[in-house]
Amino acid sequence: MIDRDSAKREAWITGIGIVSSLGEGLETHWDALQNKTINVDTTTFAPYIVHPIARLNYDLQIPKKGDQRQMETWQRIGTYAAGLALDSAGLKGNQDILARMDMIVAASGGDRDLAVDSTIMNADARGNSPPGFFNERLMSDLRPTLFLAQLSNLLAGNVAIVHGVTGSSRTFMGGENAGADAIKIALARIEAGQSDIALIGSAHNSERKDLLMFFEFGDFNLKNEYSPVWARGERDGFAIGSAGVFLVVESKEHAQARGAKPYARLSKVVTDRARRDKGSIIPTLDALWTQIGASAGADTAILTGASGANRVTAEERAFLEKHRGIPVRATGTAFGHTVDAQFLLGTALAALSIWHRKLFPANDPTGFEAEATAAPNQIVVVSTGHWSGEGMALVEATD
Amino acid sequence: MTATRDRFGRPIVVVTGMGIVTSLGAGKSDNWSKLIAGQSGIRTITRFSTEGLKTTMAGTVDLIPVEPLSSVTLTERLADVATQEAVAQANIGGKGDFPGPLFLAVAPVEIEWHARQELARACAAAGDTDINYDSILKQSGGGRYADYHHRFMMGSVADHLADTFGTKGSPISLSTACASGATAIQLGVEAIRRGETDAALCVGTDGSVSAECLIRFSLLSALSTQNEPPEAAARPFSKNRDGFVMAEGAGALVLESMESAISRGARILGIVAGCGELADSFHRTRSSPDGKPIIGCVRNALADASLEPGQIDYINAHGTGTPENDKMEYLGISAVFGDYTNKVPVSSNKSMVGHTLSAAGTVEAIFSLLTLEHQRIPPTINYEVPDPAIPFDVVPNKARDAKVTAVMSNSFGFGGQNATLILTREPVWSNSHG
Repeated sequence: MIDRDSAKREAWITGIGIVSSLGEGLETHWDALQNKTINVDTTTFAPYIVHPIARLNYDLQIPKKGDQRQMETWQRIGTYAAGLALDSAGLKGNQDILARMDMIVAASGGDRDLAVDSTIMNADARGNSPPGFFNERLMSDLRPTLFLAQLSNLLAGNVAIVHGVTGSSRTFMGGENAGADAIKIALARIEAGQSDIALIGSAHNSERKDLLMFFEFGDFNLKNEYSPVWARGERDGFAIGSAGVFLVVESKEHAQARGAKPYARLSKVVTDRARRDKGSIIPTLDALWTQIGASAGADTAILTGASGANRVTAEERAFLEKHRGIPVRATGTAFGHTVDAQFLLGTALAALSIWHRKLFPANDPTGFEAEATAAPNQIVVVSTGHWSGEGMALVEATD
Repeated sequence: MTATRDRFGRPIVVVTGMGIVTSLGAGKSDNWSKLIAGQSGIRTITRFSTEGLKTTMAGTVDLIPVEPLSSVTLTERLADVATQEAVAQANIGGKGDFPGPLFLAVAPVEIEWHARQELARACAAAGDTDINYDSILKQSGGGRYADYHHRFMMGSVADHLADTFGTKGSPISLSTACASGATAIQLGVEAIRRGETDAALCVGTDGSVSAECLIRFSLLSALSTQNEPPEAAARPFSKNRDGFVMAEGAGALVLESMESAISRGARILGIVAGCGELADSFHRTRSSPDGKPIIGCVRNALADASLEPGQIDYINAHGTGTPENDKMEYLGISAVFGDYTNKVPVSSNKSMVGHTLSAAGTVEAIFSLLTLEHQRIPPTINYEVPDPAIPFDVVPNKARDAKVTAVMSNSFGFGGQNATLILTREPVWSNSHG
């Protein structure tokens, strides 16, 4: 029975998998945040700055080389993180549960073969492309399997193949809010009894010139010199970051029945899309804040994915100023802007902080990030898309 | 008083508006009359040069010109046309004020060749002798190409529709490959059943027939190469089928809770009685040889609708016309339907409109609802050489009048995606069901 008046089921985060420029796994990430580690590459793509993925032994989570060859980097990053999340939830290889586990992935894709593109662009720009040249080059030079690496839904497809998650498979696209909407809908389904357990995740590969070009169209790339998010001031932009993040979220009853321990409770996720052409996004953030219903006590904290994209980050900062008593952390400083993965990264780090009963230290020379005075009992994850979409999640302690 | 909840106590989800555009034309009336007449929308491609390509035909939508040629812009226009028709029929909300969320099935948006070529020419003009991504990156900033950032955002079509039709909340762009349209409908059904909203706008759209996209499918050996005559290329369930035919189109559905539709006096066009899904972990482009994921998907949909196989009067097949799909679809259906398999009519809309990819699930749901409305089953055309391994009643070549109360519509896609919808005219379910 599903009725709008019936009590919503409680949902727990019971599995977390993270890979990023800081490394892999929960301990590595926690230590890196304590040590304020930041890994940026300022030379490979100069003047652009990226947070490259740490060196991973993909064999550990993607045992078949054949599977690895069928993927592009973003899919390998994501499939690896999904394996870590299943390990952390104690579900790796549990066919009974994996076969009915729902999956929602937030993804982009669209990787190019840069050499093939360059050949065609050169010929074309020089007036050197006879009729049929374009078709001939693509027909002869494109790897057939590249298509499967370009398709957004093939990260979920690879997770199904490699890890056996097959209850359902849905892929949301659309940048930052794809991640927020993915976990929002997974949570709504669990609360309403439409789903018992879900794997939600995303992956982003920053080491792509074609992606830098896309963000460069909008002048969003941070150039020349790295600086923490709040220290960028009028320097517009973000350094894109590589990350794969997957979470296992399940109903409390389902977790208890299998003896799984929660990292944290996922209490609420809200999303919206402000008409940015109509003015400030602050009223939308205010409305989401009211909906999320955080207590705003000393044991509350905020993790924001603020990218550094000038106007929206300035507006988000003005919103955050209204809640000055609550310590804030911008994940973009250490991880870069991980776009589709950003909201889930914030949610994962919130759950990790709740589990540690400690907020990681401020990493901000401007002082906007204040040191926490109490152990966090609830953390609000905040996201403003660089171009579109706003979202918040409330992650809380279960006791 | 009409019961507005199903046997699980969930709000019954009805359809109150539909809009469609395919290679057959724009609008339900034009599409239905041509579909029932067994007309093909497949034609020789004129939009770009097909020199050197193995496949030279597709179900392009050429009645909506887009200049310069852009898949994402055409995708958006197709969605606009279909959504306008659906929202007007539903007569819901104020103008530009749709009272619910948007779920959009759309192909992944990519930076297109016209943009890359414009940048390459800018490099050449700046004196670059070797043009590569380093050189075009240098040209990309400064705001000259800002519109390309906005256009090629993954969510740009959904954002446009949300602005135009005033849907509420964060619009969702989704892809489950060739099952995307069905997934968009499923997300809308779930939201209404949860009581989150009384209405949802579910749209599938695809304007992807470009040279590169055609080549990608061609390199995977997925496309028919029976180019002449183009209208005979799509041959679902035939022994001489050799692949699917790419096509464009859009379908839009206004979903509402039955309670809301009745209370505002809306005309109910049909019911989304059940949705099923199940992912396949066998291979990136092939179905598990045992058919289990398809079987499970179909069974999930029947269970969700509380119907027995024998209560399904017509199956609107995925029926792509690839050797693999049609064989696997028969295997899956026959495992679930048993002795009844050869008695239930099974036809493929794709024999006429081609494979509308991300839009197919919505386009075919609309054709299924029109089948229920008109009590007439569209044919599978180009069925000249039956495949003895697939002894479906495919409604060969000519439409057929029939009593139809429940339709199953299947969608399967790359990446192990399987989704099945069950559509009915009236609330109907089996009391004996599990």
